[in-house]
Amino acid sequence: MLGEVKIITPGIYSTIQDIGRKGYRSLGIPNSGAMDHKSHLLANTLLGNINNEATLEWTIKGPELYFNSPTYIALTGAKTKAKLNGELIPSFQKIYVPRNSTLEIGYASEKVYGYIAIHKGFLVDEILGSKSFSKAITTYSFLQKNVKIQYNTNEEFKNNFSKVRIKNSQVNNEIKCFKGPEFDKLSSMQKDILLNTKFTISEIRSRMGIQLVELLFNDLNEMITSPVLPGTVQLTSSGKMILLMRDCQTTGGYPRILTIRKESLDDVAQLSIGAKCSFHLL
Amino acid sequence: MPYKLTFKQYAENSILIEWPTFIKEEILYDLLLFKKKIEINKVESIVEVVNGYCSLLVVYVCDIDNLYNEFLALDILYKTTEIEIDRNNILWEIPVSYTINKVPDLERYSKKKKLNIEEIITLHTKPIYTVYFMGFLPGFIYMGGLNSDLQINRKKTPDLKIAPGTVAIGGEQTGIYPIESPGGWYGIGKTPLRFFDLENSEVTFVKSGDKIKFKAISEEEYDDISSLVKNNNYTPKQIKYVR
Repeated sequence: MLGEVKIITPGIYSTIQDIGRKGYRSLGIPNSGAMDHKSHLLANTLLGNINNEATLEWTIKGPELYFNSPTYIALTGAKTKAKLNGELIPSFQKIYVPRNSTLEIGYASEKVYGYIAIHKGFLVDEILGSKSFSKAITTYSFLQKNVKIQYNTNEEFKNNFSKVRIKNSQVNNEIKCFKGPEFDKLSSMQKDILLNTKFTISEIRSRMGIQLVELLFNDLNEMITSPVLPGTVQLTSSGKMILLMRDCQTTGGYPRILTIRKESLDDVAQLSIGAKCSFHLL
Repeated sequence: MPYKLTFKQYAENSILIEWPTFIKEEILYDLLLFKKKIEINKVESIVEVVNGYCSLLVVYVCDIDNLYNEFLALDILYKTTEIEIDRNNILWEIPVSYTINKVPDLERYSKKKKLNIEEIITLHTKPIYTVYFMGFLPGFIYMGGLNSDLQINRKKTPDLKIAPGTVAIGGEQTGIYPIESPGGWYGIGKTPLRFFDLENSEVTFVKSGDKIKFKAISEEEYDDISSLVKNNNYTPKQIKYVR
């Protein structure tokens, strides 16, 4: 049987995400996918969702949702206060949701992106191999008030046994990188500054990219438009550095000075505005 | 003559292959040929091969264990494997209405460039453009071949909304906005064709290496083609083109 979750308030930039589209970059189609893959996968794992089921990703402020049928959910990612029918519920644990329930997620007190997984996933259309929201690809770019999403109702015996304890919830701000294709065009002074400065996450950030506050003096020319990937660090003509994230464009014309390693990309996504970070080549 | 290629690790699971840095058709066709070789020979281990003007990004399914073995394997594939070169390309004829009614921006462009609309049409419809690759937006094609008299600096402040189908000029490039998007290019015309269509089995009908020629049409013709496109009754006109 199908249940329905209704968006009462959407929170900030809430979307449905899985691990994204693969194989369509040559058509100009971004990967998309959860900003923090690890948290997305953990939320699914807590519910025994075997595949890459779609979760709800929220940013800074979570949504308020109404569930019309019983199911299980799990919350991961950003630290927040969540209430199910007025009662506080823990994150990182399988939670039973009875019929006609209201879930209220507050503001993120640590990290940026939160995830809500549901038993067997949120049922939205799969387009080009993924359920991830993406502009011009899926019906919605982000969740709006009164939108309804279906899910498989679960009437099984109620248990909340599945849980994990997160030992260290702090985001690792030492970003592990590869040299980018244009790294060697930087002068030794530029390289030195790049690898020995604590940079600050600016407020200019989205699912497409995160801009840093500090500038890196730049005398490199713009380059011929070339492929980029999530994790590419671009150096713009004015010296601004942009860390490309999951929704980034497929090509770009700014020098690509670093590539953030896969293991660090989830952490970068979770760095809040004003957080410090540094780049490390292995 | 094979080019001297550079192989670089881009990420755990991807390799960047670079050609000498020029926007040149010879390079485009050389890299498309190599792209095909890779796709034919490495189907299982590779997710995708993405091209820019003079580079290929090869994305693997898994992290690459031995990078130098992979560089070597790719280099041997580039230098030795023979596959038949297809010199037949498709030349697409793209109908465009160059009218202020369809594209109000055309007036601003015409004034800035001190060219009347007739002159713009002549200069823009004359060349045969080459499709290099897609990027920026889903289905947005990067073309080469714009007449230098039509070049114009991008707008300082991008427009918030450019309508799908807008044929535009930015810097030395001309392109077609496949979907509604903000953008800093000047619109000079509008095509009724869809350059990004999820309903179609081929999401984009134009491919890297194809050729494009624009054909000026009247507003009436635009509306006719537009309704045919809406009912999925229009097939873009293609002409065989031998390089």
